[in-house]
Amino acid sequence: MVSPILELKDINKSFGHVHANKNINLQIHKGTIHGIIGENGAGKSTLMSIVFGLYQADSGTIKISGKEIKLKSPRDSILSGIGMVHQHFMLVENFSVLENIILGFEGELVFGKNLEKAKEDLKNLCDTYKLNIDLESTISDLSVGFRQRVEILKSLYRGAEILILDEPTGVLTPQEVDELFKILRSLKEEGKTIVLITHKLNEIMDLTSEVSVMRQGEMVGHKKTESTNKEDLAEMMVGRSVLLRINKSVTKPGNSVFSVRDLVVKDDLDVTRVKNVNLDIHEGEILGLAGVTGNGQTELLEALSGIRKIESGEIKLFNETISNKNNFFDPKRLKEKGLAHVPEDRQRMGLVTDFKAHENLIFGYHHQEPFSKSSILKEKEILSFSKKVMEEYDVRPRSPNLITSNFSGGNQQKIILSRELNENPKVLLVGQPTRGVDIGAIEFIHQRLIDMRDKGAAILLVSVELEEVLSLSDRIVVMFDGNIVGEKINKDVTDRELGLLMAGVA
Amino acid sequence: MDSLADIASLLNSTFRISTPLVFAAMAGLFAERSGVIDFGLEGKMLAAAFVAAVGAYFFGSPWIGLLLAILACVSLSMLHGFASVTHKGDQVVSCVAINILMIGLTTALAAAWFGQAGLTPTLTSEQRFLEITLPFADALQNVPIIGLVYSDIISGHYIFVYIAYLSVPIVFWIVFKTSFGLRLRAVGENPSAVDTAGINVFSMRYKALMVNGVLIAFAGAHLSTAVNANFFREMSAGRGYLALAALIFGKWHPKTALIACLLFGFTDALQIRLQGVELPMIGTIPVQLIQAIPYILTVVLLAGFVGKAIAPNAIGQPYIKER
Repeated sequence: MVSPILELKDINKSFGHVHANKNINLQIHKGTIHGIIGENGAGKSTLMSIVFGLYQADSGTIKISGKEIKLKSPRDSILSGIGMVHQHFMLVENFSVLENIILGFEGELVFGKNLEKAKEDLKNLCDTYKLNIDLESTISDLSVGFRQRVEILKSLYRGAEILILDEPTGVLTPQEVDELFKILRSLKEEGKTIVLITHKLNEIMDLTSEVSVMRQGEMVGHKKTESTNKEDLAEMMVGRSVLLRINKSVTKPGNSVFSVRDLVVKDDLDVTRVKNVNLDIHEGEILGLAGVTGNGQTELLEALSGIRKIESGEIKLFNETISNKNNFFDPKRLKEKGLAHVPEDRQRMGLVTDFKAHENLIFGYHHQEPFSKSSILKEKEILSFSKKVMEEYDVRPRSPNLITSNFSGGNQQKIILSRELNENPKVLLVGQPTRGVDIGAIEFIHQRLIDMRDKGAAILLVSVELEEVLSLSDRIVVMFDGNIVGEKINKDVTDRELGLLMAGVA
Repeated sequence: MDSLADIASLLNSTFRISTPLVFAAMAGLFAERSGVIDFGLEGKMLAAAFVAAVGAYFFGSPWIGLLLAILACVSLSMLHGFASVTHKGDQVVSCVAINILMIGLTTALAAAWFGQAGLTPTLTSEQRFLEITLPFADALQNVPIIGLVYSDIISGHYIFVYIAYLSVPIVFWIVFKTSFGLRLRAVGENPSAVDTAGINVFSMRYKALMVNGVLIAFAGAHLSTAVNANFFREMSAGRGYLALAALIFGKWHPKTALIACLLFGFTDALQIRLQGVELPMIGTIPVQLIQAIPYILTVVLLAGFVGKAIAPNAIGQPYIKER
C-alpha cells in the first residue's frame, strides 16, 4: 500500500473561542482530485491554510508521502511541494506576471541570468499545460480567469506536487470554469494531486474522485464520488436534508411598475459603466440580472436605488419619474414610495457592523412609528420588534443586543432582509443576496424572495451566481460591458447560453 | 555676465538646500514602499542633527558624529517598527510621538549638557565637514561655460551633497533592479502575497526601516555638522514634512521625488535671493511673503497639479495574518 501523498492526523486549531478545526483526519492520494466540501465557516479554508503553513495547528501531525513534517511558514510548505491558489488572489496588482511569479524565489540578488532562465522555464510550463499567459502583462490588466492561471503557474513554477484551490470558481463565468477544469484535468494527467475546496456540489460531482465533507469544524465523512450524490452530500454538509430545487409556482406577471429608459451611469472615476440600459420589472415577477462582476451591475443597482446620480435617461416608479439627469429621489423618499433595496455589499452599505443588531434592524425606518416618536427612539418597541423579526427570519443567535459583526454572513444577510421585507415593499432591488451565505440560509432566503413575489412584489435580482439567477428568476437579462446583451424567459434557457452572453461572445 | 553668475549661484544653493530633502525623501521612500507611513522623518532628522553635533564635539570627528547619528536614527526607526509593525499600532500616532519627543529631548539634553537651551557648542573646522573643491575646479574657473558649470555649480559642496545625489540612482537600482526591491515593493502593495510567497512580512518591513534610519541620519548630520557648525533648537524646520510632500508629489518614485525636492530647494533658494531685491514694476516684495513661497507652492502643487498620487496599496495598514 502506497502511503498517501498528504495525510493529516488529529489536527486542531482554535481562534479564541472558536474551535475552527476539531480532530481533523484526512488522507489524500497521489494523482487524484480530492474535493473538500462544507458550508461557509465549516473550517475548510482554515484547514488548508494550516497545510499551506499560513496558520500553525494547535495540535496534530502532517505527513507528506509518509514522512512527518513541520510546516512553520508558507516557505516550508512550498519547499515540500504544496501550492495554494487562494480565494482572493495573492497577486501584486501593479506587478507583471513574471514579477509576481518569481517573488520570493528570485534565485539571485540582482536580476540578470536567473531571470532569463525563469522566463524560459515559465514558457515551457505554459506550453505543457496550455496556460497561454503573457509573462510581461500587468496583473491589473488581466481578467479574473487569467489571474487565476497566473496563480496556478506560480505554484507550478515553485515545484508544487499538491495544488490546493480554495473556491476557485466563485468569480468565473461558466466558460472560464470549463477552461479551469480542463487545466486541472491535465494537471492530474501529469501526476499532480489537486485539492479542491468548494461549496458547490456540481463541481464535486464533475471533477473529483474522492470527497471529504466538513461541518462546523469537524470532518463528517469521506466518500468516493462515484458512490454518492448531491443530495447525500448536501445533507452531510448541513446536517439535515436540504431542498436543492426551489418550489416555485408559475405566476402571471402583472403591469410594469418599475421602468428604466436609456439609462447611462458613470462610476466615481468618471468611467461610463452603464451604457444604455432599458428594463421593465412587473408586479409578481423576479427579474434576474446575470453577469460577470464588474460589468456595470453595481452602478446600475446604485442608480436604481437612489444612491448614485445618473448621466442621462430616466427611471420611473409607478409612472413617476424618480431619477433623471437633473435630480433623483433619495433612498428615504424611495422607501416611502414602496421601494426597498438589499445592497450588494452588505458590510459596507447594508449594515453598520459595529452597531448592535437591533439598531441595524430599524435603520432607514427608525424615524417612523413605532420605532420613534418626536425624534426620540423608543427602545422598548425597537427591542420587541427585533425579537419578533429575528424569530421570524431565524436569525441566530437571537440576541438583539449583539454587535452585528459577530453574526455570521448568512445571519447578517437575514438581518438586512428582515428589515427591508418587513414593510412589504412593492418593488425590491436585491444585490447578491446569498454571497458568502451558507446552504441552509440560502434556502431560507430564496424561499422568502419567492414568497414576496407571490404576494405581488416586483423584484430585481442581481447576482453573479448563475445557479441562483436560474433557480429564482422568471425572466433573465444578461449584462455585459454596461449593456443588456440578452433577455430570456427562464424556462427556455440553459446556463451555457447565458454563459456565452455573460462572456460577451454571443 | 552678472545675471549668469546669479543663476549659477542660485543653482548652487538649490543643490545645497535640496540635499536634506533628498536624503529624507529617499529614506521615506523605503519605509513607505514597504507599507509603513513615515511621518517621523522630521523628528529623526532633528535627532540626527543633535547627535551628530554632540558626537562630533565630544569625539573630535564629524565621522564619529555621523556614525552615532546613524545609530540614533536606526534605533528610532526600530522603535517606530516595534510600535507599528510588531504591535500593529497606528503608524501616524507613532510618528507624531517621535516628532514631539525629539523636539523636547534635543532641547532638554542640550540644556543639561551645555547649559544652553537648544544649542550645542560651535564645532571647530576639524570637528565638522568642510566644503570640497573638486579637482581642477580652480584651474577651470575662468573657462567659459565649463568653468561656470563645473567650478561654480558642481564643485565646492559638502560631501553630503554629492552623496545625496549619488544615492538617487542607487535607490532606483535597488528598488527596481534587485530582488530586495521587488520584495520591498510587493510588501507595500499586498503583504498577503508576500507572506504566501514564503517571505516574512515583518522582517521585510524592519529591513526597510533600517535603510530608512541610515538615510535620514545623513540629512541631520548635513544640517548640524556641514552647513552649520552646531545644533540649534528645531533646526530641521519642517524639512522632514517637506520631504514627505516631495515623496508624495513624486509618486513614491526616486526620480520624480528628486525633481520635487529640487523644485522645493529652488523656491527656497529663490526666496533667499529675492529678499530685499527691488523688482521692476512691483517694487520690493515683503520678506514674509517671499518666505512663504515654498509652502504656498507645496499646497498648490499637492492640491491640483500633481494628478492623483497613488500610494502603495497597503500603506498604513499593519499586517494581520490570523483573523
